Amino acid sequence: MTSAKREDANRAAQGPDKGQVWIDRGERYGLIVAWLAVIAIFGAIRPEVFLSWANFSTIFGSQAVLVVVTLSLIIPLTAGDYDLSVASVLTTSSMLVAVLNVTHGWPIGAAILAALLVALLVGVANAAIILYFRIHSLIVTLGMGTFMHGVTLWFSDSQTISGIDLTLVTAVIATRLFGIPLAFYYALIVALVIWYVFGHTAVGQRLLFVGRGREVARLSGIKVDRVRFGALVASAGLGGLAGVLYAGTTGAADPSSGMTYLLPAFAAAFLGATSIVPGRFNAIGSVVAVYFLVTGITGLSILGVSTYVQDLFYGAALIVAVALSQLVRGREERLT
Amino acid sequence: MASPADAMAVLRIENLSKRFGGSTALDGVDLAIGAREVHGLLGQNGSGKSTLIKILAGFHAPDPGARLWINGHAVALPLKPGDFRRLGIAFVHQHLGLVPSMSVLENLLIGEHAVAGRWRIAWAREAERAKALFARFGMTLDPAAAVETLTSVERAQLAIVRAFDQITRQPDTQTRLLVLDEPTPFLPAADVQKLFQLVRGLVAEGASVLFVSHDIDEVMDITDRITVLRDGRVADTLRTAATRKADIVRAIVGRSVDLDAMRAPRRAPGGDAVSIEGLRGAIVDDVSITVRRGEIVGLTGLIGSGYDEVVHLAYSATRALAGRLTISGTTLELAQLTPDAAIAAGIVLIPGDRQSDAVVGTLTVADNASLPVLGRQRGGWAISARGMNRIAGALAETFDVRPRDPSRLMAHLSGGNQQKVVLAKWFQTAPRLILLDEPTQGVDIGAREQIFRIIRDMSDQGTAVLCASSDHEQLAAICDRVIVLSRGRIVASLEGDAISKPAIAERCYASFGDTTGSVS
Repeated sequence: MTSAKREDANRAAQGPDKGQVWIDRGERYGLIVAWLAVIAIFGAIRPEVFLSWANFSTIFGSQAVLVVVTLSLIIPLTAGDYDLSVASVLTTSSMLVAVLNVTHGWPIGAAILAALLVALLVGVANAAIILYFRIHSLIVTLGMGTFMHGVTLWFSDSQTISGIDLTLVTAVIATRLFGIPLAFYYALIVALVIWYVFGHTAVGQRLLFVGRGREVARLSGIKVDRVRFGALVASAGLGGLAGVLYAGTTGAADPSSGMTYLLPAFAAAFLGATSIVPGRFNAIGSVVAVYFLVTGITGLSILGVSTYVQDLFYGAALIVAVALSQLVRGREERLT
Repeated sequence: MASPADAMAVLRIENLSKRFGGSTALDGVDLAIGAREVHGLLGQNGSGKSTLIKILAGFHAPDPGARLWINGHAVALPLKPGDFRRLGIAFVHQHLGLVPSMSVLENLLIGEHAVAGRWRIAWAREAERAKALFARFGMTLDPAAAVETLTSVERAQLAIVRAFDQITRQPDTQTRLLVLDEPTPFLPAADVQKLFQLVRGLVAEGASVLFVSHDIDEVMDITDRITVLRDGRVADTLRTAATRKADIVRAIVGRSVDLDAMRAPRRAPGGDAVSIEGLRGAIVDDVSITVRRGEIVGLTGLIGSGYDEVVHLAYSATRALAGRLTISGTTLELAQLTPDAAIAAGIVLIPGDRQSDAVVGTLTVADNASLPVLGRQRGGWAISARGMNRIAGALAETFDVRPRDPSRLMAHLSGGNQQKVVLAKWFQTAPRLILLDEPTQGVDIGAREQIFRIIRDMSDQGTAVLCASSDHEQLAAICDRVIVLSRGRIVASLEGDAISKPAIAERCYASFGDTTGSVS
């Protein structure tokens, strides 16, 4: 088979190509290098503030919520669905914890349980509508997000509620391990679970096939609707968990600031998909991406740049991340 | 290679070479297409066909030294992307470039709107012009109809007429060269003839055609001359009327392949393995079929006869209205079946539309091949990339998938190798019934032979095989029995030595309109 011979020769020509190996490595670890570079730059400008342990501890601890929201997004994204309602679920869940615990005097455990349950129900509603009516997830979750935001404003009377049981605050942010608040480790555990499921289980492979080729997945015997259902419920559940962490981080809940997590989370999810496992949404890449973005913003605010830079930074990051992943794909196609 | 006709060639290429890194895709290729000539371009995957076409389209730059003439005028190489329009060349690719949700007329005018900014589109006048254009080639398309409501052949016709229309509207040139790049692999035989009628009509209006295909019979049917590429060189340029099929095959493969010897020796099948009873679908109406152990049964017929529906209904790729399938003592109600339940019962389907139904091009060979056996690695809860690569690597060895690199993206494999991965993916599950839908569509002739052997090997181990195909040569090569459908019913059954390509074709056409009920 002469054509096959040529392909082999092709591969032999590409195989030991050192340049290619370095391009691959660059793609894989580029984001980590960029993160270290950002740290080095700000560290060189303001070493006394930026390079302090307190600063890093704050970055790691306070952004655990964003990490969990990002992780919640990559599950349906891998299965080919968007979940735009996850920020509203976060808000609803944190608000429920506050209202039930502070206003109605529920024990904190019960309040958390109720909040998580409601979050899961929102996920079930999302999935049921998407799958039953065959509507694009973007539309359904956009509507559901706004709807849940309305519900939250209604049952909270649009008030910020503080004074949440200190047990939660202690468990989330006040207790530190190796100087970093526990919230960081919770987010890390979620990331490790997702990393394992995505990379090492049949469930992860099925999720991937459902996202990349729904008809191929169905004809391969994968129960496509069940997988999509599971992914949407999981993302809502993690959105609820993020809400609980948010309540614990601030000791309070307000009915709108949760919404500001949505865009940064998407930016981090897409940016994360360009590294570690380039071309796939992946947990470790997402975590690195979150901290890369947050480090940049923290550094800029230490330099005294106004807060509007946050929007500039996240908005640009989302577009750059998607453009980068497009470039990666283009290069792969040119290899043929 | 020069012939008298070449002097007034519409397109003449000399000494065309293209190297990619260390490998040579084209090596000193000469090609001349005469005025009003249909010129076939044949060759296996990797022979350089697509590189040649991409150079004409301005997608690749050829190596220095190549020369190009259009209508006798020298044209400087490399061409820039889109230059071909100015030169009077148009391309129709396998994926026709139509927007399904838009109307016939909108699709017809896409190219023009892309380049000419007009403030007002005279829709009524354009519709009249479109109707007249279609009528000239004996087509009756409604300009207002959405393309998604057209049949496959109508879409192909539309794409070809659109290409012709675009070049005839070019002000700068009188050249009319259509490059048809594999326009037929998704069409049944009868529709291919319709397409050829159109091609002949275009030639009568002064067009020349470069016809690229895998299908030797089609190329022999429609072309005047044939250029065969092998390993980037011109293996032969043949005058079609004076050429036998075996000569073409030898030129393509570089050795002789005895097509008749590909026919399976008669075998004694075992007892009944699978029976389908009372199957009903959109077209299929009360079909019953029994397949014995180790038997390969072909299903064929004209387009719309429902032969291809049977395998999809038996797997529940499309849900049947009614019917029962009995396999090793278990009876499945087909109206309630799902693909996962079919797989659990030992049934697998190799879909005909590989790109949308069988493989995910953006995932690796290992990902694709290991999908049905993921649960075998510690219940599916401890899978490693290395484990998947090992499984896929072993399969690639057994099924001769090239290159032997399980971490390759599926999209980077040729059609034949992709199909071998799909076969490997399912055959590793040791199925009891294999359902095939056009198993060698878009596959080069070398891989085709291998795929036949793989299917034969599976049936030798006792697996029952149902193969739906409009490729009669393929059915004659592998089947123990061939069932012909017409209007959703079984009308004929050929067995053993009665099976031959002409016999099958004759039954398909003869039986049209004559329905006599089911044969088991």
